[in-house]
Amino acid sequence: MIDAQNVYKTFITPDKRKVEALVDFTLHIDRGEVVVIIGPSGSGKSTFLRCINRLEEIDKGKITVDGQDLHAPKANINKIREEIGMVFQHFNLFPHKTVMENVTLAQEVVRRRSKKEAAEIAEALLKKVGILDKKDVYPSQLSGGQQQRVAIARALAMQPKVMLFDEATSALDPEMIGEVLDVMKTLAREGMTMVVVTHEMGFAREVADRVIFMDAGRVVETGTPEHFFTNPEHERTKLFLSQIL
Amino acid sequence: MKFTRRSAITVVVLFVVSYLFYYFFMRKGITYSWHWYDVPKYLFYYGKRFTDEPAPSWHMGALMLGLVLTLKISVVSIIFAIIIGLIVGIARLSDEPITKFISSCYVELIRGTPLLVQIYIIYFFIGTMLRLSAFAAGAAALSIFEGAYVGEIVRAGIQSIHKGQMEAARSLGMSYSQAMRHIILPQALKRIIPPLAGQFISLIKDSSLVSVIALADLTFRAQQAVAQSLNAFEIYFTAAGLYLVMTFTLSMVTQYVERRMAVSD
Repeated sequence: MIDAQNVYKTFITPDKRKVEALVDFTLHIDRGEVVVIIGPSGSGKSTFLRCINRLEEIDKGKITVDGQDLHAPKANINKIREEIGMVFQHFNLFPHKTVMENVTLAQEVVRRRSKKEAAEIAEALLKKVGILDKKDVYPSQLSGGQQQRVAIARALAMQPKVMLFDEATSALDPEMIGEVLDVMKTLAREGMTMVVVTHEMGFAREVADRVIFMDAGRVVETGTPEHFFTNPEHERTKLFLSQIL
Repeated sequence: MKFTRRSAITVVVLFVVSYLFYYFFMRKGITYSWHWYDVPKYLFYYGKRFTDEPAPSWHMGALMLGLVLTLKISVVSIIFAIIIGLIVGIARLSDEPITKFISSCYVELIRGTPLLVQIYIIYFFIGTMLRLSAFAAGAAALSIFEGAYVGEIVRAGIQSIHKGQMEAARSLGMSYSQAMRHIILPQALKRIIPPLAGQFISLIKDSSLVSVIALADLTFRAQQAVAQSLNAFEIYFTAAGLYLVMTFTLSMVTQYVERRMAVSD
Protein backbone atom coordinates (compact mmCIF):
# COMPACT_ATOMS: atom_id res chain seq x y z
CA MET A 1 0.00 0.00 0.00
CA ILE A 2 2.76 2.41 0.99
CA ASP A 3 6.19 1.89 -0.38
CA ALA A 4 9.15 4.10 0.47
CA GLN A 5 12.43 3.38 -1.26
CA ASN A 6 15.76 4.94 -0.35
CA VAL A 7 14.22 8.22 0.73
CA TYR A 8 16.50 11.08 1.70
CA LYS A 9 15.29 14.29 3.25
CA THR A 10 17.43 17.11 4.59
CA PHE A 11 16.25 20.25 6.34
CA ILE A 12 18.18 23.46 6.49
CA THR A 13 17.62 25.04 9.89
CA PRO A 14 17.26 28.82 10.19
CA ASP A 15 20.87 29.02 11.39
CA LYS A 16 21.97 27.26 8.17
CA ARG A 17 22.70 23.91 9.72
CA LYS A 18 21.85 20.76 7.77
CA VAL A 19 19.64 18.26 9.55
CA GLU A 20 19.25 14.84 8.02
CA ALA A 21 15.66 13.89 8.75
CA LEU A 22 15.53 10.77 6.59
CA VAL A 23 18.58 8.82 5.49
CA ASP A 24 18.20 6.02 2.92
CA PHE A 25 14.82 5.28 4.40
CA THR A 26 13.06 2.19 3.04
CA LEU A 27 9.77 0.85 4.32
CA HIS A 28 6.92 -1.19 2.92
CA ILE A 29 3.47 -1.17 4.47
CA ASP A 30 0.78 -3.63 3.38
CA ARG A 31 -2.90 -2.98 2.89
CA GLY A 32 -4.74 -3.26 6.21
CA GLU A 33 -1.57 -3.13 8.22
CA VAL A 34 -1.28 -1.01 11.35
CA VAL A 35 2.25 0.29 11.71
CA VAL A 36 3.32 2.23 14.75
CA ILE A 37 6.45 4.35 14.47
CA ILE A 38 8.23 5.25 17.68
CA GLY A 39 11.46 6.99 18.38
CA PRO A 40 12.99 9.99 20.11
CA SER A 41 11.98 13.47 18.95
CA GLY A 42 13.94 14.57 15.90
CA SER A 43 14.31 11.00 14.72
CA GLY A 44 12.41 11.73 11.50
CA LYS A 45 9.21 9.85 12.25
CA SER A 46 6.89 12.82 11.74
CA THR A 47 8.88 13.86 8.69
CA PHE A 48 8.33 10.45 7.13
CA LEU A 49 4.61 10.69 7.84
CA ARG A 50 4.45 14.13 6.24
CA CYS A 51 6.33 12.85 3.19
CA ILE A 52 3.66 10.20 2.66
CA ASN A 53 1.19 12.89 1.59
CA ARG A 54 3.82 15.30 0.32
CA LEU A 55 3.41 17.93 2.97
CA GLU A 56 7.20 17.67 2.74
CA GLU A 57 9.10 17.22 -0.50
CA ILE A 58 11.81 14.58 -0.52
CA ASP A 59 15.34 15.08 -1.82
CA LYS A 60 15.93 11.63 -3.24
CA GLY A 61 14.18 8.30 -3.49
CA LYS A 62 10.61 7.31 -4.21
CA ILE A 63 7.39 6.99 -2.26
CA THR A 64 4.32 5.32 -3.76
CA VAL A 65 0.89 5.09 -2.21
CA ASP A 66 -1.49 2.55 -3.74
CA GLY A 67 0.84 2.34 -6.73
CA GLN A 68 0.96 6.10 -7.41
CA ASP A 69 4.31 7.80 -7.33
CA LEU A 70 3.81 10.74 -4.97
CA HIS A 71 6.77 12.86 -5.90
CA ALA A 72 6.64 12.32 -9.66
CA PRO A 73 6.66 15.66 -11.50
CA LYS A 74 3.30 14.95 -13.12
CA ALA A 75 1.64 13.47 -10.04
CA ASN A 76 -1.78 14.99 -9.33
CA ILE A 77 -1.11 15.49 -5.67
CA ASN A 78 -4.63 16.65 -4.81
CA LYS A 79 -6.04 13.46 -6.31
CA ILE A 80 -3.61 11.28 -4.38
CA ARG A 81 -4.22 13.15 -1.12
CA GLU A 82 -7.94 12.39 -1.33
CA GLU A 83 -6.99 8.79 -0.55
CA ILE A 84 -4.71 9.65 2.37
CA GLY A 85 -6.29 10.88 5.59
CA MET A 86 -4.15 12.75 8.06
CA VAL A 87 -4.69 13.55 11.72
CA PHE A 88 -2.47 16.22 13.24
CA GLN A 89 -1.07 16.73 16.70
CA HIS A 90 -2.84 20.06 17.06
CA PHE A 91 -6.06 18.90 15.36
CA ASN A 92 -6.07 21.82 12.88
CA LEU A 93 -9.84 21.95 12.75
CA PHE A 94 -11.21 24.88 10.77
CA PRO A 95 -12.20 27.33 13.55
CA HIS A 96 -14.63 29.32 11.40
CA LYS A 97 -16.68 26.24 10.49
CA THR A 98 -19.00 24.24 12.71
CA VAL A 99 -18.20 20.62 13.51
CA MET A 100 -20.59 19.52 10.80
CA GLU A 101 -19.09 21.91 8.22
CA ASN A 102 -15.59 20.73 9.12
CA VAL A 103 -16.59 17.23 8.13
CA THR A 104 -18.66 18.10 5.05
CA LEU A 105 -16.55 20.83 3.43
CA ALA A 106 -13.91 18.69 1.71
CA GLN A 107 -16.53 16.13 0.72
CA GLU A 108 -18.37 18.86 -1.15
CA VAL A 109 -15.50 20.77 -2.73
CA VAL A 110 -13.13 17.88 -3.37
CA ARG A 111 -15.29 14.77 -3.72
CA ARG A 112 -18.11 16.82 -5.27
CA ARG A 113 -20.75 15.18 -3.13
CA SER A 114 -24.15 16.80 -2.75
CA LYS A 115 -24.89 18.66 0.49
CA LYS A 116 -27.31 15.95 1.52
CA GLU A 117 -24.98 13.06 0.82
CA ALA A 118 -22.07 14.77 2.58
CA ALA A 119 -24.26 15.49 5.60
CA GLU A 120 -25.38 11.86 5.82
CA ILE A 121 -21.81 10.59 5.71
CA ALA A 122 -20.73 13.22 8.23
CA GLU A 123 -23.50 12.33 10.66
CA ALA A 124 -22.66 8.64 10.48
CA LEU A 125 -18.99 9.37 11.18
CA LEU A 126 -19.68 11.85 13.97
CA LYS A 127 -21.88 9.19 15.54
CA LYS A 128 -19.09 6.68 15.17
CA VAL A 129 -16.61 8.92 16.98
CA GLY A 130 -19.27 9.69 19.56
CA ILE A 131 -19.72 13.42 19.01
CA LEU A 132 -22.88 13.76 16.96
CA ASP A 133 -24.55 15.84 19.69
CA LYS A 134 -21.97 18.60 19.12
CA LYS A 135 -22.43 18.82 15.38
CA ASP A 136 -23.59 22.43 15.32
CA VAL A 137 -21.01 23.98 17.65
CA TYR A 138 -17.70 25.57 16.70
CA PRO A 139 -14.40 23.79 17.46
CA SER A 140 -13.43 26.37 20.11
CA GLN A 141 -16.27 25.10 22.28
CA LEU A 142 -14.93 21.53 22.29
CA SER A 143 -12.34 19.87 24.51
CA GLY A 144 -9.10 18.69 22.94
CA GLY A 145 -10.23 15.09 22.86
CA GLN A 146 -13.50 16.05 21.20
CA GLN A 147 -11.67 18.20 18.64
CA GLN A 148 -9.34 15.38 17.77
CA ARG A 149 -12.25 12.99 17.29
CA VAL A 150 -13.85 15.51 14.93
CA ALA A 151 -10.54 15.73 13.08
CA ILE A 152 -10.54 11.95 12.68
CA ALA A 153 -14.12 12.06 11.38
CA ARG A 154 -13.12 14.83 8.98
CA ALA A 155 -10.31 12.71 7.54
CA LEU A 156 -12.48 9.59 7.37
CA ALA A 157 -15.22 11.46 5.51
CA MET A 158 -13.02 11.39 2.41
CA GLN A 159 -13.07 7.60 2.64
CA PRO A 160 -9.29 7.34 2.43
CA LYS A 161 -7.38 4.15 1.85
CA VAL A 162 -4.70 5.11 4.34
CA MET A 163 -4.83 7.03 7.61
CA LEU A 164 -1.81 8.83 9.01
CA PHE A 165 -1.73 9.83 12.68
CA ASP A 166 0.94 12.37 13.59
CA GLU A 167 1.23 12.27 17.38
CA ALA A 168 -2.53 12.51 17.55
CA THR A 169 -2.70 12.31 21.34
CA SER A 170 0.42 14.29 22.29
CA ALA A 171 -1.37 17.60 22.76
CA LEU A 172 -4.20 16.17 24.83
CA ASP A 173 -4.91 16.21 28.54
CA PRO A 174 -4.12 12.76 29.92
CA GLU A 175 -7.73 11.94 30.65
CA MET A 176 -8.76 12.62 27.05
CA ILE A 177 -6.18 10.39 25.45
CA GLY A 178 -8.28 7.29 26.02
CA GLU A 179 -11.28 8.47 24.01
CA VAL A 180 -9.11 9.26 20.98
CA LEU A 181 -7.17 6.00 21.23
CA ASP A 182 -10.47 4.11 21.40
CA VAL A 183 -11.53 5.60 18.08
CA MET A 184 -8.16 4.69 16.58
CA LYS A 185 -8.43 1.13 17.91
CA THR A 186 -11.87 0.72 16.35
CA LEU A 187 -10.48 1.89 13.03
CA ALA A 188 -7.58 -0.55 13.25
CA ARG A 189 -9.93 -3.44 13.95
CA GLU A 190 -12.01 -2.51 10.92
CA GLY A 191 -9.00 -3.10 8.72
CA MET A 192 -7.91 0.45 7.91
CA THR A 193 -4.31 0.82 6.77
CA MET A 194 -2.77 3.01 9.43
CA VAL A 195 0.60 4.62 10.06
CA VAL A 196 0.74 5.95 13.58
CA VAL A 197 3.47 8.09 15.08
CA THR A 198 2.92 8.04 18.81
CA HIS A 199 4.39 7.87 22.27
CA GLU A 200 1.53 5.69 23.50
CA MET A 201 3.26 2.37 24.03
CA GLY A 202 0.03 0.82 25.27
CA PHE A 203 -1.55 1.52 21.90
CA ALA A 204 1.47 0.10 20.08
CA ARG A 205 1.38 -3.06 22.17
CA GLU A 206 -2.34 -3.57 21.76
CA VAL A 207 -3.09 -2.81 18.12
CA ALA A 208 0.11 -2.60 16.09
CA ASP A 209 0.84 -5.28 13.55
CA ARG A 210 4.36 -3.95 13.41
CA VAL A 211 6.38 -1.50 15.46
CA ILE A 212 9.18 0.50 13.91
CA PHE A 213 11.82 2.21 15.98
CA MET A 214 13.53 5.14 14.29
CA ASP A 215 16.55 7.15 15.26
CA ALA A 216 18.48 9.81 13.33
CA GLY A 217 16.44 9.33 10.16
CA ARG A 218 16.95 5.59 9.97
CA VAL A 219 14.96 2.49 10.89
CA VAL A 220 16.84 0.99 13.81
CA GLU A 221 14.62 -1.95 14.54
CA THR A 222 11.34 -3.34 13.33
CA GLY A 223 9.20 -6.18 14.61
CA THR A 224 5.99 -7.34 16.22
CA PRO A 225 4.92 -5.68 19.48
CA GLU A 226 5.82 -8.86 21.41
CA HIS A 227 9.32 -8.84 20.02
CA PHE A 228 9.64 -5.18 20.69
CA PHE A 229 8.50 -4.97 24.26
CA THR A 230 9.90 -8.29 25.47
CA ASN A 231 13.31 -8.67 23.83
CA PRO A 232 14.46 -5.76 21.69
CA GLU A 233 17.78 -6.43 19.97
CA HIS A 234 19.48 -3.08 19.56
CA GLU A 235 21.06 -1.14 22.36
CA ARG A 236 19.50 2.11 21.14
CA THR A 237 16.04 0.54 21.26
CA LYS A 238 16.63 -0.83 24.73
CA LEU A 239 17.79 2.56 25.94
CA PHE A 240 14.76 4.31 24.48
CA LEU A 241 12.30 1.80 25.86
CA SER A 242 13.93 1.80 29.30
CA GLN A 243 13.46 5.56 29.45
CA ILE A 244 9.82 5.70 28.48
CA LEU A 245 8.36 2.50 29.96
CA MET B 1 -14.75 50.83 32.84
CA LYS B 2 -14.83 52.65 36.13
CA PHE B 3 -14.11 56.18 37.28
CA THR B 4 -11.14 56.18 39.59
CA ARG B 5 -8.81 58.71 41.16
CA ARG B 6 -6.85 58.61 37.95
CA SER B 7 -9.92 59.82 36.01
CA ALA B 8 -10.22 62.76 38.40
CA ILE B 9 -6.57 63.71 37.85
CA THR B 10 -7.07 63.45 34.09
CA VAL B 11 -10.00 65.85 34.24
CA VAL B 12 -8.00 68.37 36.28
CA VAL B 13 -5.06 68.20 33.88
CA LEU B 14 -7.45 68.67 30.97
CA PHE B 15 -8.87 71.81 32.55
CA VAL B 16 -5.45 73.30 33.24
CA VAL B 17 -4.25 72.61 29.70
CA SER B 18 -7.33 74.12 28.09
CA TYR B 19 -7.09 77.21 30.30
CA LEU B 20 -3.43 77.71 29.37
CA PHE B 21 -4.35 77.27 25.69
CA TYR B 22 -7.06 79.88 26.05
CA TYR B 23 -4.77 82.24 28.00
CA PHE B 24 -1.90 82.19 25.52
CA PHE B 25 -3.65 81.86 22.18
CA MET B 26 -7.34 82.52 22.18
CA ARG B 27 -7.26 85.74 24.17
CA LYS B 28 -5.28 87.40 21.45
CA GLY B 29 -7.99 86.05 19.21
CA ILE B 30 -9.55 87.43 16.09
CA THR B 31 -12.69 89.37 15.59
CA TYR B 32 -14.93 87.21 13.53
CA SER B 33 -18.64 87.42 13.08
CA TRP B 34 -20.12 84.01 12.49
CA HIS B 35 -22.58 83.53 9.68
CA TRP B 36 -23.91 80.08 10.34
CA TYR B 37 -27.24 81.08 8.84
CA ASP B 38 -25.46 81.18 5.50
CA VAL B 39 -24.50 77.49 5.62
CA PRO B 40 -27.79 75.58 5.14
CA LYS B 41 -28.21 76.73 1.57
CA TYR B 42 -25.02 74.90 0.70
CA LEU B 43 -26.67 71.71 1.95
CA PHE B 44 -30.23 72.04 0.65
CA TYR B 45 -32.10 74.97 -0.80
CA TYR B 46 -35.48 75.77 -2.23
CA GLY B 47 -35.32 77.57 -5.50
CA LYS B 48 -34.42 77.38 -9.14
CA ARG B 49 -31.15 75.82 -10.24
CA PHE B 50 -31.27 77.72 -13.53
CA THR B 51 -33.11 80.87 -14.32
CA ASP B 52 -35.17 79.14 -17.00
CA GLU B 53 -36.44 76.39 -14.70
CA PRO B 54 -40.25 76.54 -14.71
CA ALA B 55 -40.87 76.28 -10.95
CA PRO B 56 -38.77 76.40 -7.80
CA SER B 57 -38.25 73.17 -5.83
CA TRP B 58 -35.88 71.55 -3.29
CA HIS B 59 -32.34 70.94 -4.53
CA MET B 60 -29.07 69.70 -3.12
CA GLY B 61 -26.63 72.47 -2.35
CA ALA B 62 -22.97 72.53 -3.33
CA LEU B 63 -21.70 70.70 -0.25
CA MET B 64 -24.26 67.91 -0.64
CA LEU B 65 -23.37 67.50 -4.32
CA GLY B 66 -19.72 67.27 -3.26
CA LEU B 67 -20.60 64.72 -0.60
CA VAL B 68 -22.34 62.55 -3.18
CA LEU B 69 -19.29 62.63 -5.45
CA THR B 70 -16.94 61.87 -2.56
CA LEU B 71 -19.15 58.91 -1.62
CA LYS B 72 -19.24 57.67 -5.21
CA ILE B 73 -15.50 57.86 -5.75
CA SER B 74 -14.83 56.32 -2.32
CA VAL B 75 -17.15 53.36 -2.89
CA VAL B 76 -15.72 52.66 -6.35
CA SER B 77 -12.16 52.97 -5.03
CA ILE B 78 -12.83 50.74 -2.01
CA ILE B 79 -14.18 48.00 -4.28
CA PHE B 80 -11.17 48.17 -6.61
CA ALA B 81 -8.74 48.51 -3.69
CA ILE B 82 -10.11 45.26 -2.25
CA ILE B 83 -9.70 43.48 -5.58
CA ILE B 84 -6.18 44.83 -6.10
CA GLY B 85 -5.29 44.17 -2.45
CA LEU B 86 -6.41 40.54 -2.59
CA ILE B 87 -4.41 39.88 -5.74
CA VAL B 88 -1.31 41.68 -4.47
CA GLY B 89 -1.51 40.15 -0.99
CA ILE B 90 -1.70 36.62 -2.37
CA ALA B 91 0.92 37.34 -5.05
CA ARG B 92 3.40 38.57 -2.44
CA LEU B 93 3.18 35.17 -0.75
CA SER B 94 3.65 33.27 -4.00
CA ASP B 95 6.45 30.73 -4.35
CA GLU B 96 6.97 31.99 -7.88
CA PRO B 97 9.81 34.57 -7.78
CA ILE B 98 8.62 36.80 -10.63
CA THR B 99 5.08 37.14 -9.26
CA LYS B 100 6.54 37.90 -5.86
CA PHE B 101 8.99 40.43 -7.26
CA ILE B 102 6.43 42.32 -9.35
CA SER B 103 3.94 42.55 -6.49
CA SER B 104 6.67 43.72 -4.09
CA CYS B 105 7.77 46.37 -6.59
CA TYR B 106 4.20 47.59 -6.91
CA VAL B 107 3.79 47.94 -3.16
CA GLU B 108 7.13 49.70 -2.67
CA LEU B 109 6.59 52.04 -5.63
CA ILE B 110 3.09 53.08 -4.61
CA ARG B 111 3.79 53.39 -0.91
CA GLY B 112 6.96 55.29 -1.58
CA THR B 113 5.46 58.14 -3.59
CA PRO B 114 2.87 60.74 -2.54
CA LEU B 115 -0.74 60.19 -3.55
CA LEU B 116 -0.95 63.77 -4.80
CA VAL B 117 1.88 63.14 -7.27
CA GLN B 118 0.27 59.87 -8.35
CA ILE B 119 -3.01 61.65 -9.00
CA TYR B 120 -1.23 64.18 -11.22
CA ILE B 121 0.65 61.47 -13.11
CA ILE B 122 -2.45 59.36 -13.68
CA TYR B 123 -4.62 62.31 -14.66
CA PHE B 124 -2.23 64.26 -16.86
CA PHE B 125 -0.11 61.47 -18.30
CA ILE B 126 -2.01 58.20 -18.35
CA GLY B 127 -5.38 59.93 -18.39
CA THR B 128 -4.45 61.93 -21.46
CA MET B 129 -3.14 58.87 -23.27
CA LEU B 130 -6.19 56.75 -22.50
CA ARG B 131 -8.70 59.64 -22.66
CA LEU B 132 -9.80 59.02 -19.07
CA SER B 133 -12.38 61.25 -17.47
CA ALA B 134 -11.33 63.08 -14.32
CA PHE B 135 -13.53 60.76 -12.28
CA ALA B 136 -11.97 57.63 -13.80
CA ALA B 137 -8.46 59.01 -13.29
CA GLY B 138 -9.21 59.99 -9.69
CA ALA B 139 -10.82 56.65 -8.87
CA ALA B 140 -7.93 54.80 -10.53
CA ALA B 141 -5.33 56.76 -8.56
CA LEU B 142 -7.14 56.14 -5.27
CA SER B 143 -7.68 52.43 -6.00
CA ILE B 144 -4.08 51.86 -6.99
CA PHE B 145 -2.78 53.78 -3.99
CA GLU B 146 -5.00 52.16 -1.37
CA GLY B 147 -4.69 48.76 -3.10
CA ALA B 148 -1.01 48.67 -2.14
CA TYR B 149 -1.86 49.21 1.52
CA VAL B 150 -4.75 46.74 1.43
CA GLY B 151 -2.36 44.24 -0.18
CA GLU B 152 -0.01 44.51 2.79
CA ILE B 153 -2.92 44.11 5.21
CA VAL B 154 -4.14 41.03 3.32
CA ARG B 155 -0.63 39.56 3.30
CA ALA B 156 -0.26 40.06 7.03
CA GLY B 157 -3.71 38.54 7.56
CA ILE B 158 -2.90 35.43 5.55
CA GLN B 159 0.46 35.04 7.30
CA SER B 160 -1.24 35.27 10.68
CA ILE B 161 -3.23 32.10 9.98
CA HIS B 162 -1.43 29.09 11.41
CA LYS B 163 0.17 26.99 8.67
CA GLY B 164 -1.56 23.92 10.08
CA GLN B 165 -4.76 25.25 8.55
CA MET B 166 -3.31 25.13 5.04
CA GLU B 167 -1.81 21.70 5.72
CA ALA B 168 -5.11 20.33 7.02
CA ALA B 169 -6.95 21.66 3.98
CA ARG B 170 -4.36 20.34 1.53
CA SER B 171 -4.22 16.95 3.27
CA LEU B 172 -7.95 16.61 2.55
CA GLY B 173 -7.19 16.95 -1.15
CA MET B 174 -8.09 20.61 -1.60
CA SER B 175 -6.07 22.55 -4.16
CA TYR B 176 -4.15 25.65 -3.09
CA SER B 177 -6.90 27.94 -4.38
CA GLN B 178 -9.69 25.90 -2.78
CA ALA B 179 -7.85 26.02 0.54
CA MET B 180 -7.35 29.77 0.15
CA ARG B 181 -10.98 30.38 -0.67
CA HIS B 182 -12.64 28.14 1.91
CA ILE B 183 -10.15 28.06 4.76
CA ILE B 184 -7.47 30.74 4.77
CA LEU B 185 -9.14 33.86 3.39
CA PRO B 186 -12.33 33.67 5.50
CA GLN B 187 -10.23 33.44 8.66
CA ALA B 188 -7.78 36.09 7.50
CA LEU B 189 -10.61 38.43 6.52
CA LYS B 190 -12.05 38.27 10.00
CA ARG B 191 -8.72 39.28 11.48
CA ILE B 192 -8.03 42.13 9.07
CA ILE B 193 -11.37 43.90 9.44
CA PRO B 194 -10.03 46.46 11.98
CA PRO B 195 -6.94 47.52 9.96
CA LEU B 196 -8.99 47.36 6.76
CA ALA B 197 -11.59 49.69 8.27
CA GLY B 198 -8.80 52.10 9.19
CA GLN B 199 -7.52 51.97 5.63
CA PHE B 200 -10.93 52.70 4.14
CA ILE B 201 -11.42 55.61 6.52
CA SER B 202 -8.07 56.88 5.24
CA LEU B 203 -9.31 56.41 1.70
CA ILE B 204 -12.38 58.56 2.29
CA LYS B 205 -10.18 61.33 3.66
CA ASP B 206 -7.52 60.90 0.97
CA SER B 207 -10.23 61.28 -1.65
CA SER B 208 -10.18 65.02 -0.86
CA LEU B 209 -6.96 65.18 -2.89
CA VAL B 210 -8.85 64.51 -6.13
CA SER B 211 -10.11 68.09 -5.90
CA VAL B 212 -6.80 69.07 -7.53
CA ILE B 213 -7.91 67.57 -10.84
CA ALA B 214 -11.11 69.64 -10.73
CA LEU B 215 -13.29 66.82 -9.53
CA ALA B 216 -16.14 68.47 -7.70
CA ASP B 217 -15.87 66.45 -4.49
CA LEU B 218 -16.72 67.69 -1.03
CA THR B 219 -13.41 69.54 -0.57
CA PHE B 220 -13.59 71.13 -4.01
CA ARG B 221 -17.19 72.29 -3.42
CA ALA B 222 -16.21 73.63 -0.01
CA GLN B 223 -13.40 75.67 -1.55
CA GLN B 224 -15.83 77.08 -4.09
CA ALA B 225 -18.41 77.85 -1.44
CA VAL B 226 -15.81 79.67 0.61
CA ALA B 227 -14.72 81.67 -2.42
CA GLN B 228 -18.33 82.62 -3.01
CA SER B 229 -19.48 83.34 0.53
CA LEU B 230 -16.21 84.17 2.31
CA ASN B 231 -17.44 82.17 5.30
CA ALA B 232 -14.33 80.02 5.50
CA PHE B 233 -14.78 78.85 9.08
CA GLU B 234 -18.39 77.82 8.79
CA ILE B 235 -18.02 76.04 5.46
CA TYR B 236 -14.87 74.14 6.36
CA PHE B 237 -16.26 73.13 9.74
CA THR B 238 -19.36 71.85 7.95
CA ALA B 239 -17.27 69.99 5.36
CA ALA B 240 -15.21 68.41 8.15
CA GLY B 241 -18.44 67.41 9.87
CA LEU B 242 -19.69 65.76 6.69
CA TYR B 243 -16.44 63.79 6.33
CA LEU B 244 -16.82 62.75 9.94
CA VAL B 245 -20.36 61.51 9.30
CA MET B 246 -19.03 59.26 6.51
CA THR B 247 -16.03 57.91 8.40
CA PHE B 248 -17.95 57.41 11.64
CA THR B 249 -20.70 55.52 9.83
CA LEU B 250 -18.07 53.27 8.24
CA SER B 251 -16.51 52.76 11.65
CA MET B 252 -19.86 51.73 13.15
CA VAL B 253 -20.64 49.38 10.29
CA THR B 254 -17.30 47.59 10.65
CA GLN B 255 -17.77 47.23 14.41
CA TYR B 256 -21.12 45.64 13.72
CA VAL B 257 -19.63 43.26 11.13
CA GLU B 258 -16.84 42.40 13.55
CA ARG B 259 -19.32 41.44 16.24
CA ARG B 260 -21.33 39.38 13.77
CA MET B 261 -18.26 37.45 12.69
CA ALA B 262 -17.15 36.72 16.25
CA VAL B 263 -19.68 33.89 16.67
CA SER B 264 -17.13 31.13 16.11
CA ASP B 265 -14.64 32.48 18.70
